[in-house]
Amino acid sequence: MGSLKLQINGLQVLARPGATVFQAAEEAGIAIPHLCHHPLLSDIGACRLCLVEVKNARTLLASCVTPVQDGMVVETESPRVVRARRTVISLLLANHPEDCLTCQKAGECELQRYAYQYGVERTTYPGERKDYPPDDSNPFFIRDHRKCILCGRCIRMCAERQGRSAVDFAFRGFATRVTTAFDVPLEESPCLFCGNCAAVCPVGALMPRAFVGKGRAWEQTRVRTICPYCGVGCSLYLHVRDNRFIGASPAPGPANEGLLCVKGRFGLDFLSSPDRLTQPLLRKDGGLVPASWEEALEAAARGLKEARDRHGPQAVGVLSSAKCTNEENYLIQKLARAALGTNNVDHCARLCHASTLAGLMMAFGSAAMTNPIADIDRSQALLVIGSNAVEAHPVIGARIGRAHRRGAALLVADPRRVELALCADIHLQHRPGTDVALLNGLAHVLVEEGLYDAAFVEGRTEGFAELARVLEAYPPRRVEEITGVPAELLVRAARVYGTRRPGAIFFAMGITQHTTGTDNVLAIANLAMLAGNLGCDGGGVNPLRGQNNVQGACDAGALPAYLPGYQRVDDPEARGRFERAWGVRLPAEPGLTVVEMMEAARRGELKAMYIVGENPMLSDPDLGHVEEALKRLDFLAVQDIFLTETAKLADVVLPAASFAEREGTFTSTERRIQLLRRALQPPGRSRPDLEIVLELASRLGQGWQYRGPAAVMEEMAGLMPTYGGVSHGRLGEDGLVWPCPSPDHPGTPVLHRERFPRGRGRLIPVEYRRPAEVPDAQYPMVLTTGRILYHYHTGSMSRRSHGLSAHRPEARVEIHPEDAARLKVEDGDWVEVSTRRGRVRVRAEVTDRTARGVLFLPFHFAEAAANLLTNPALDPVARIPEFKVCAARVARAAQAEGGEGRAR
Amino acid sequence: MRGEPVEDSGKLGALLDRYRGQPGALIPLLQDIQREMGYLPRPALEEAARALGLPAVKVYGVATFYAQFHLKPRGRHVCRVCLGTACHVRGGERILSRVSADLGIAPGDTTPDRAFTLERVACLGACGLSPAMMVDDQTFGRLTPDKASRLLRRFAREAPDGGGGGGRTAE
Ligand code: SF4
Ligand code: SF4
Ligand code: SF4
Ligand code: FES
Ligand code: FES
Repeated sequence: MGSLKLQINGLQVLARPGATVFQAAEEAGIAIPHLCHHPLLSDIGACRLCLVEVKNARTLLASCVTPVQDGMVVETESPRVVRARRTVISLLLANHPEDCLTCQKAGECELQRYAYQYGVERTTYPGERKDYPPDDSNPFFIRDHRKCILCGRCIRMCAERQGRSAVDFAFRGFATRVTTAFDVPLEESPCLFCGNCAAVCPVGALMPRAFVGKGRAWEQTRVRTICPYCGVGCSLYLHVRDNRFIGASPAPGPANEGLLCVKGRFGLDFLSSPDRLTQPLLRKDGGLVPASWEEALEAAARGLKEARDRHGPQAVGVLSSAKCTNEENYLIQKLARAALGTNNVDHCARLCHASTLAGLMMAFGSAAMTNPIADIDRSQALLVIGSNAVEAHPVIGARIGRAHRRGAALLVADPRRVELALCADIHLQHRPGTDVALLNGLAHVLVEEGLYDAAFVEGRTEGFAELARVLEAYPPRRVEEITGVPAELLVRAARVYGTRRPGAIFFAMGITQHTTGTDNVLAIANLAMLAGNLGCDGGGVNPLRGQNNVQGACDAGALPAYLPGYQRVDDPEARGRFERAWGVRLPAEPGLTVVEMMEAARRGELKAMYIVGENPMLSDPDLGHVEEALKRLDFLAVQDIFLTETAKLADVVLPAASFAEREGTFTSTERRIQLLRRALQPPGRSRPDLEIVLELASRLGQGWQYRGPAAVMEEMAGLMPTYGGVSHGRLGEDGLVWPCPSPDHPGTPVLHRERFPRGRGRLIPVEYRRPAEVPDAQYPMVLTTGRILYHYHTGSMSRRSHGLSAHRPEARVEIHPEDAARLKVEDGDWVEVSTRRGRVRVRAEVTDRTARGVLFLPFHFAEAAANLLTNPALDPVARIPEFKVCAARVARAAQAEGGEGRAR
Repeated sequence: MRGEPVEDSGKLGALLDRYRGQPGALIPLLQDIQREMGYLPRPALEEAARALGLPAVKVYGVATFYAQFHLKPRGRHVCRVCLGTACHVRGGERILSRVSADLGIAPGDTTPDRAFTLERVACLGACGLSPAMMVDDQTFGRLTPDKASRLLRRFAREAPDGGGGGGRTAE
């Protein structure tokens, strides 16, 4: 269909059919005042501020809900329109407290702006003022009903974008207000405190507490950057005044479209925590005392050098960080390899997605999300397995929910009734550790019922015959026995995934953190290839990466077996390239992984470590042993923004700048390389990681010269084909999605369109194996671990956020009501959870989110450290520990004396 | 009435089944529930939301929007005291405070024994007889506080279930 011609304010305008007059005007550069309209939301035509005069129409029309028609003649500022608009504003002011003098919103309030624009001085309708008490029950934001103009933006945001429907209009007439079901405080509603409602409120009715009293819009500077929490890579603004952090607000990035979750929005006040490290520390007489940078760097270099010279490069280990930028990770692995001569460099991706890397490398030859986040909008079926996306990757979780409301089928496979499972079309609640059986069962049905994509299998893959033979052994009945998922449900799910194409699979740590992690990932790849769901829009195999730069840390080579760009250290040709570029000989043997380094340290073989931005004292399995290992080291240097549990054991502590105080790039879970921008000066004498690493390198005899992170990226681009066309100058606001091989390449949001990096996709049959530890008489239950929405990783950031920790101050172990009844445990009771490795005392949350016989404990809390309990048994290929399953027992505990007891 | 158990959930279940999965049937369902239970208790609204597949807050919004729906239990008698302009001028407030004191409840509430619900209204259309009040569907005019008290005692005795006592009507 062609476009329609209309005239707006005398201007000839073309519009596409179906557009509203408002949109047509906007595209022509004509702004129409509006209050209830918002580009992220549907239009309801409620506020009447966008009225326009349309020739031959009897009345003025609300332009946001009036479709364009050919030949329309529109006036947006005619005297009649202006009169009507002034009336609308006047009526709004009639029951608005004209509090602009003290209102936090002044300067960015849309009502104030329009009153000014149309010269409405004081209302001519002396109306009754609303007088309901504000809802200030939560630590994040305040709802002040008196200022609410009932535009309904917050309601639509919550329903349409967040899918929570926590609030709506209630009551009628003058009493109408926005509230929760049964008028309870937000805390008791389904609200998840994403704050996106507050971000679109045109007036001061929804106000983040952090901003109140800290200066108004014109006194703040806004710096656009990337959220430091999870791997979604949301864009946000940091609001700063006089080098002080005030708060954050959403920016319209490609991953988040102007939405955030509670952590990005309200969880960044750790930036100004008094616990921030502001000076280097040195261990003297058993204690850590302040030191100069010179002393600290000397000591760090000396400690590492001595260990290397005395015991060989294999005695030194480096842990890089998924919190560090690509450039920093690149330099840290270069430091390990070129300066210290060891491939013992790894980071916590080992603990979350090593099996993804191993599995997808084998199947496709590349290990990352195959499709962009925005593709969720194009999928017809979404299979979410082992990912509690609503809590761990909230903005993606919300988008999946929206796709489901739009009509995409949603299948959730998870041992827990996670948030998405509650609204899914089908929830497959399999027993922890039985993923291979479940996935093979789905694949079995595809093959059995001829629902697989024969053309794709024939043309793009290899190994089908072998796979089909193995799948024969997984008929739905047998799968039911292993997984506990009813056969009929399995068949139904398989039919949905097999027929509603394109379909995308999302997975996270529920798949990867098993001794069968690599097998789980292979089983997913098999299923997706059978359905032909690769290389197409809206399909894909999509691992959701946990930390914000875990993708980038892997890309940049902070891995013991891979040089930057996934080039194997034992491939002489690849190694040669780096040796020539760096001018040194590089070690050819793959190094040790995180967990292996800890074991080597415990055995006394690893003597010195340099740990950047990681906290293995909480994040690694079987903490008792980690502590022992770190204490046996001759030398430990730790670089972080807080004195973490790990830093407390260090000989040298190097204070680093946070994400807001430095520059560089992060690569999000969708392979999008995005720019981090500096908003603040580092506190005290702390310094960006990049500078610290350069200082250390020069003290280790390296003559590295880089003029900042952009120069490091230049070197990376020269050595990493997938980053070949990347430079800071090109990134702009939307970043670039790798592979981006040349400076004129636009990036590659969808992978494997024509072929897989390894040529054909490889179907690799996998057999179900039991988890390393299964329940027995002594430890009759299964313990699984994971995240909750309000905290993050080891809690070193989120637990220093006022709002987050006020909202969720302590750990709770989830226990099913039937188990609780049997053990006489009530909600909130203290219990003791024990495994073969340790004991933890924690309060119980009795909930049917978890299944019978399954306990769930989040790992964010040092005082109830889940990883005192977890099993360090490793996946044989990827060496990832089995965080998700171990045998455990739970019993009532006496009231904790003086706070939470710590085991051991 | 938070957390109050749904009385007679068997009947409620049958009503819910009739409309299950039909979000468009919210209003008829609420009417049926109210007919059955006399008002709309919170648990019934929550179950209605689940049955229709609507967010609870939508159901709450609709239930509070229409005057025909009551979220609190209703008394066997509904006493509406007029505070319209005419009644206001001629002492409606005094009538309301007497009735309120007699029943021991504020406007909008129901006596604990559910004999009376008290409401204030803005003109009963009987301005000539002001001050006026209505009990159930009968209108009474030219009231004095004492007359109002007597009326309440009469209705209390006439409680349809014959249960004497009624509200705490003054002697
Ligand atoms: S904070 Fe988010 S979940 Fe809560 S009411 Fe606002 S939009 Fe809804
Ligand atoms: S709180 Fe704000 S966004 Fe919500 S209805 Fe009121 S004015 Fe609109
Ligand atoms: S979804 Fe992830 S990246 Fe986005 S705001 Fe939340 S924590 Fe930050
Ligand atoms: S913006 Fe169009 S009616 Fe509100
Ligand atoms: S004012 Fe009371 S009846 Fe009209």
